[in-house]
Amino acid sequence: MKKLLLQAALAAALPLSCINVQAAEPTDGGTLNVVVQPEPPSLMIGIYSNAPTQQVAGNIYEGLLRYDKNLEPQPLLAKSWESSEDGTTWTFHLKENVTWHDGKPFTSADVVFSVDKFLRETNSRLRQSLEYVDSITAPDDYTVVFQLKEPFGPFIGLFETGTMPMVPKHIYEGTDYKTNPANHHPIGTGPFKFDEWQKGSYIHAVRNDNYHQEGLPHLDEIYWHVIPDAASRSVAYETGKIDVLPGGSVENFDIPRLTGLENSCVTSEGWEYFSPHAWLWINNRNYPMSDKRFRQAIMYAMDREFAKNALWNGYGKIAKGPISSKTKFFDEDLPDYEYNPEKAKELLKEMGYDGTPVRLMPMPYGETWQRWAEAIRQNLSEVGIETDMVATDVAGWNQKLSDWDYDLSFSYLYQYGDPALGVSRSYISDNIAKGSPWNNVEGYANEKVDQLFDEAATAFPDSKRAELYKQVQQQLVEDVPVGWLLELEFPTIYNCKVHNLIDSAIGVNDAFGTAWIEQ
Amino acid sequence: MSIQTLFYIAGRLIKGLLVLFVIAIFNFFLIRAAPGDPAKVMAGEAGAADEVFLQQLREQFGLDQPLYYQLWVYISNLVQFDMGQTYRQQMPVFDLIMDRLPATLLLTGTAFVLSLGLGVLVGVIAASNHRKWIDSAISVAALVFYATPLFWLALMAVLLFSVFLGWLPAFGMETVGANYTGWDRVVDIAEHLVLPAMTLGLFFTAVYARMTRTSMIETGRADFVKTAKAKGMSPARVTFRHTLRNALLPVVTLAGLQAGQMIGGAVLTETVFAWPGIGRLMFEALFQRDYNLLLGVFFISSAMVVLFNLVTDIIYCLVDPRIELTK
Repeated sequence: MKKLLLQAALAAALPLSCINVQAAEPTDGGTLNVVVQPEPPSLMIGIYSNAPTQQVAGNIYEGLLRYDKNLEPQPLLAKSWESSEDGTTWTFHLKENVTWHDGKPFTSADVVFSVDKFLRETNSRLRQSLEYVDSITAPDDYTVVFQLKEPFGPFIGLFETGTMPMVPKHIYEGTDYKTNPANHHPIGTGPFKFDEWQKGSYIHAVRNDNYHQEGLPHLDEIYWHVIPDAASRSVAYETGKIDVLPGGSVENFDIPRLTGLENSCVTSEGWEYFSPHAWLWINNRNYPMSDKRFRQAIMYAMDREFAKNALWNGYGKIAKGPISSKTKFFDEDLPDYEYNPEKAKELLKEMGYDGTPVRLMPMPYGETWQRWAEAIRQNLSEVGIETDMVATDVAGWNQKLSDWDYDLSFSYLYQYGDPALGVSRSYISDNIAKGSPWNNVEGYANEKVDQLFDEAATAFPDSKRAELYKQVQQQLVEDVPVGWLLELEFPTIYNCKVHNLIDSAIGVNDAFGTAWIEQ
Repeated sequence: MSIQTLFYIAGRLIKGLLVLFVIAIFNFFLIRAAPGDPAKVMAGEAGAADEVFLQQLREQFGLDQPLYYQLWVYISNLVQFDMGQTYRQQMPVFDLIMDRLPATLLLTGTAFVLSLGLGVLVGVIAASNHRKWIDSAISVAALVFYATPLFWLALMAVLLFSVFLGWLPAFGMETVGANYTGWDRVVDIAEHLVLPAMTLGLFFTAVYARMTRTSMIETGRADFVKTAKAKGMSPARVTFRHTLRNALLPVVTLAGLQAGQMIGGAVLTETVFAWPGIGRLMFEALFQRDYNLLLGVFFISSAMVVLFNLVTDIIYCLVDPRIELTK
């Protein structure tokens, strides 16, 4: 018996000691090979805010703060910050040893220029939040003060690199930002410096020896490889040419095979800030979708558990309502729309649905979305709703959605940690406008919802905001303006010799400053 | 070459320019007939965009102007050999195309030479062994490669040679980060070239083989071949000197077609093997509705087709002197 216990203890201790060895001191040096998909249009993160740009440029540019996986702000270019009691004056103290990649010092003048001039002109997402900012001033070289017009709940969540990147004033001031030659040779403050971009092949960045954080970065260089075909990306990883497959870069059906390889690690962390939320667009304007009971019937008809397990390999979580469970102010107590075809049929009967077929337009973002549309088509057919599939490419899909020329379609959007940044935009009636597939495309208008979202954005303190968001979630879940599907998770697959790869709430979009490779 | 021939070539070139002009205008409208616009695609990648941003982009691209004005700007620039700026990369279209052209020419050129040489050789072997087992084997193999989708073939080749055997690299044109120079670099590129060139070339090898075989067998029944044999000429000499030369004409026609596709014809292969060429550039530009870039690639491709049609006609009269280049 004693022997047996000893063996058990040994068995338990063995893997533990392995982990200890692995988690030892980081070693410097090495090359990291990452996939970037698709090839970014540019690396100027202040102008181009799409995912592939940020994935590369997040290593070159930096924001004032970064966010841990619980969305708590951490110092980056700002070493500390404080707000006034009423939440309207925010003071940031900058690090004093920061230089741009060309050797010039980084100061408060760069911050004021970046936010007030550059990003206000170029970044449409930040521009909307800056409406709440009255003035941005620099009392001295290393202090910046943001004066708000009224408290703005999500304000402290705006300082991540992709949302509010710092750009060099001495290069951009007085020039046409969009055509500045520096856009082709980005200059930031980040742990890696831009070296070379072979269009169609790879982007190369090298270690910044003058980085402002002592001892970082660990890696010597990073290559982002452009491999346009999903199956070829899988092969590149299998053959060891690639160390990191960022979430979403291979087809879902390849994930179990790739994670099953020797020395292959997987994590779904690093999406907390974005919390991508998928839903079914339902065009509220036309019969039968204009009837609330029809939309509720769709919710009951969809087998979302099946979609999650069969199409997304079990990754993700069934979405309860408009706010992701990873985003602030999510309400746990919302009623569930469980999979219940009988209830769906009852609702359809009650409304007197006449069997008018509806059009279903899959999202042209790869195989998984196509299959998802087929699964939902079958779910709907089982409760008596017949659908016609509409095929498009990305540009056509954008066009049809922004012209409201659809019945049912798909989308997923980032939430940016706060409902005022990434949730309200899809439901408030001010945001009903043809010409964009990213606003209130479903055409849902409810004065009460408008008012609640409006108040919640500027309510102070957070407990008040929570109360208002609770009400708005309940209203929306009752009305079903869109059919919420899943809180998506895009697992990042990587070689286990890479450590500390995902270090913040923006995952592979953040710098690989603390990442290191076991030698 | 006679004066008449030179006049003929000059006339063809002028006609070719006219054709290119018409194609350019036609392409201009064709592309804009597709739903969606470049500003929205770019905004879409950011996952958020307001009207202000879209408007900024359209102004920057000149898409806020009326269509006839856009056409006028495009054509007048084109006449001055200016193809405009790409929307996405913000680079001159011509520079970007020239940047990617060598990679494509290397790939398609290799595949072309390989498939033509191998195809004709195999076709001759098959025809010389008509109705023997070797003929049947070649015919079956040619049929299989002719019928197999390129895409699938490429993936299978990668699985076999890169994943299982580990002999050849699976993607790219060079080993990234190795910084090879001189001969090492040539070897490195050659290793990367094998799979894509093979994938791209096999289909045409099969086509040439089938065509050469049929044409050879037909020509072999002609009277002058019988005469050559009857006068005691060696079989090899009959085959190459008399039969092959006469059987080659249809093969030349087909080779002209393949050569015309050298720029735009490798989309699938370049995509699967991450080969940084023009086909891929075009494919991506299509989905991004990058009008200028797309028009640029179309223009260069159509220029190639026009050019190679002319070259094919000239080669006809070299292969068969009875054909004259006159109107």
